[in-house]
Formats: sequence, structure tokens, C-alpha cells
Amino acid sequence: MEYVLLNALSLGLIWSIMTMGVYITYRVLDVADLSVEGTITLGAAVCARLMDLGLNPYLSLLLCLAAGALAGLVTGLLHTKLRIPALLSGILTMIALYSVNLKIMGVANLPLLRIPTVFSMVGGLLGLSKALATILLSGVLALGLAFALYWFFGTQIGSAIRATGNNPHMVRAQGVNTDTTLILGLMLSNALVAFSGGLIAQDQGFADVQMGIGAIVIGLASLIIGEVVLGQRHFMARLISLIIGAILYRLIIAMVLRMGMPADDLKLFTAITVALALSLPRLQTLWAKNGASARGGK
Amino acid sequence: MLQITGLNKIFSPGTVNERLALEDINLHLLPGDYVTLIGGNGAGKSTLLNVISGVHRQDSGSIYLDGKRIDHLPEHRRAADLGRVFQDPLMGTAADMEIQENLALAALRGKPRGLAWGVSAQDKALFHQRLAELDLDLQDRMATKVRMLSGGQRQALTLLMAILKTPKLLLLDEHTAALDPKTARKVLELSDHFISSMKLTCLMVTHNMRDAIQHGNRLIMMSQGRIILDVEGEQKKNLTVEQLVQMFSLRSGEELVNDRMMLG
Repeated sequence: MEYVLLNALSLGLIWSIMTMGVYITYRVLDVADLSVEGTITLGAAVCARLMDLGLNPYLSLLLCLAAGALAGLVTGLLHTKLRIPALLSGILTMIALYSVNLKIMGVANLPLLRIPTVFSMVGGLLGLSKALATILLSGVLALGLAFALYWFFGTQIGSAIRATGNNPHMVRAQGVNTDTTLILGLMLSNALVAFSGGLIAQDQGFADVQMGIGAIVIGLASLIIGEVVLGQRHFMARLISLIIGAILYRLIIAMVLRMGMPADDLKLFTAITVALALSLPRLQTLWAKNGASARGGK
Repeated sequence: MLQITGLNKIFSPGTVNERLALEDINLHLLPGDYVTLIGGNGAGKSTLLNVISGVHRQDSGSIYLDGKRIDHLPEHRRAADLGRVFQDPLMGTAADMEIQENLALAALRGKPRGLAWGVSAQDKALFHQRLAELDLDLQDRMATKVRMLSGGQRQALTLLMAILKTPKLLLLDEHTAALDPKTARKVLELSDHFISSMKLTCLMVTHNMRDAIQHGNRLIMMSQGRIILDVEGEQKKNLTVEQLVQMFSLRSGEELVNDRMMLG
């Protein structure tokens, strides 16, 4: 049981960075960006390949950020300059990345056998077990990135990006090129997602070309769980709620698996949960209407 | 200040929906001109403002602002010199951001944005002082999300954002049409206040004939994409709503006028 909890905690912390990326597009920019399904694998692929080639695992992680930003740039250019709808732009990038990721890895599954990772290095340095080191390092990274995002979205550029998701019309009237702010937001989002992918590869000890499937739904589920638990309050609280949501999601999954749900049904379970959570506002109005007519309305 | 020459705009050219929105518009505004623009639905008033601000691109003709040609620039580049308030009170502000954050976005209109903190202490002092001019007690609620404000408050805030960095031309697009009469009067008074105290050049679209006569120093009437009346000074001051209605029928060959324009 203790192992299950620790595992849920470390997975949640690592995936919370990916959730921050999803938050930037889905909530801040008001764009559903599906490229993340490809970029999370891209991060894992780049990280595993570079480490396989002998590059330092920290440096490999930093390069994941750059690779993710590049993928975000592609989606952004497709959407803003070529006027392809955002959803389709993301899908195109996602599909293209599948081939790109295979090219980077050379195989469908690239293991990191006996290669030191950031987690084993931190564990060795501090004399911690791998599980504790993973929790410590990913926790520090998640919190650090949350603070960095809080700072960034408070700056002049960050404010313009937030406003773009809110009211692009007004932003243009204030002299800001909304193409640029959208592209910047997509680059930042995908950089975080790829970074998270790199951490996942180092944690699980391999990169797999299939690992991104359903990532967007996991991100959304974590985001919504966080919002339900902490509410939509101050920006810093919302960023922290993403971390808590990602951990709770992993705990819920661990719980239903222990209760006997087959692991193959996980994605169906997650999809239904997210569909229910997203339709909650609509369901509430429908219930309210039914309630009103039951009380004697026409 | 504003020099428009031979401006034409056709929507959906070559289709069954083809519509001549602007036809050979020539318009010259002097610095300090406060022009009211009136006309029926589809006369081209809003289209004219949207072509000036770069939302739409003209098919032919030129637009100069303060001697600089702007008609080839994208919308966000023209914004440096333009202050805009729209008919829809929701359109001019970012609802999920604070009053002071909205003002900070407007304070940097046309300037490069960097990694400095969005709202500085200096900004706050300035915003407090300018918000007080609105006389809506918003200066004590600067950290409130704009979503919480009424339509009138949001429109007054949008107006303040439009003039926070002095624009060369203020474009008001029926900015009081969606407000209740009392609030509309208040926002119009504020507009007059800023225009006269800052000596702004302004083009104001309105549906309301009385407002068009009472405000500004010059009145322009449009019909079917053309300017059909242009009066200023004493002649404009002495106009009556009845005369305007007559002139409209005479010059456009159409019968005015919906009740909203008559009574508004």
C-alpha cells in the first residue's frame, strides 16, 4: 500500500508539469491543443535518445524543453499564419510527431538500461531511495515551474497572453499581435509537456512511441479535479491546484485498479470521468430546468 | 489629422452576397474635430471605422493619420495611434482580468512589451487617479475582475483605456447603444469630458439623432456606403431632428427612419 501511495505521488508530480502545459492552452489561451499527445512522447524520445548517446541527463531534459517549444511553434504557425483551426493544427502536429518520434528513437521502444537518470543521481547524492528521490526532485521541479509560470504570466508579455485567451479583439485594439501571443503560449505549453515527457522516460526507464496516447485526457482530468478541489481562485492557487489534481488523479487510478478494474479499461474510465466533469455545468442547468417544470412550470 | 481619399470596400465580391459597403469615401478631419456619424442600418458607419482601424482592409483608396499612411498596416500596428470603444461593452475589456491589469494592457498600447511586471506601483497610482475621473468609485476596486462590473462600468473603463495613452484619433462605435438611457448619458458625458480636456480628434458613430446634433462640432450622415451630408459649426448647432430626417429622405431617396433613430 505504501508503495502504491508513493508511486501515485511521484507519477502525479511528474505529470503535473504536463498538466501545467495543458492548463496554458486549455484555460489560459482557450484553445484545445492536441499536439501534447505527440510532444509528451517527443520529450521522452529526445531525452532517451540523447541519454543513450551519452549526454548528461540534466542537459537532455533541458533539450526536451527546446524540442517541445519547436513542436508548439509548428502548431502555432499552422493555426495563426495558415489559418487552420486550432484543433486540427494540433492533430496534424500530433500525427506528424508520431513519425518524428520513431525517427528520433530508431525503435518503437527505447530502454535506458543501466544509464544514470536525474533521479538516481539525486538519490545517490542525498542517500535517498529512488522512490523518495523521484518525489523530492519532481516536487521541487513542479513547484519551481509553478512559481516561474506565476511570475511569467504577471509580466507585460504574460498579461498579453492571458488577455489573448480572454478577448483577442481587445488585445489587438491594444496594439498586440495576437498571432505572436498565441504562438508564444503554444510554445511554452508544449515545452512544459515535453519536459514532463523527458522526466517520465527517466522515471520509467524507457521511451515508448505509444506513451502519449490519451495524455490530453489525463491532463484535462487532473486540471478539472484540481479545480473541483481548490476552486477557481487566485492564479497561484490555480497553479498549485494543478499539482494537487495530478496527484489525486493518480491516487484515484491506483484505487480503482486495486478495486479490481482491469488496466485495459483505464482510458475508458478516464475519458468518461472527464466527459462527466466537462458536462457538469450543462447537466446542472438541465436538472434545474426539470426541477422547475416539476414544480408546476409549463 | 485624418485624411481619407477615394475609399471603397466591397464585401463578398463576385458572389450573390456581394455588397458595396463603402463607396468613394472622402473625409478630412482637422486636429480637434469631434465628428458625429449617423445613418441607418447598413449605411457603412461601422465598416468605415473598421477599415480605419484595420479590422477590414479597403479594396481601394488611402488613409493617412497625422501625415502617416496607415491603410496597409495590420490592425495591431495601427492601434498605437487609435483609441477604440465598441458597441458591445464586453468587447473592449478582458473579463477574467483585474481592472488594473486591463488598464496596464492599455497603458502600453503600441509600445513593446517585455518581462517587467505587468502592473507597477507607479501604474497603480496613475490608474487610481484616472479611475477617479470616471466618478464610478472604481478607483477603490482596482483588483476586481472586470467580469464583476456592469455594462456601463465596463464601457466607461473601455473609454478610459482608449484614452489612457493619448490617441491621435478616438473611434467610438455606437458605444452607448447597448446601455440604458441614464448610463448612456453618463458615458457620453465622460466621452465629452475626455475629448475636450485632452483636445482629442474623435469620430463617433451614433444611432441617436439628438446626440449627433448635441455633441461634437461636425455631423456626417451616411447612406448605402456613401457620405450624403456633412455639416459643421453654426449650421450644425442649429439643426433639428426634423430637419435631419427631411435631409435624409431628400438626399438618400429613401424613407427614414426607424423609431430608434427618431426617439433614441
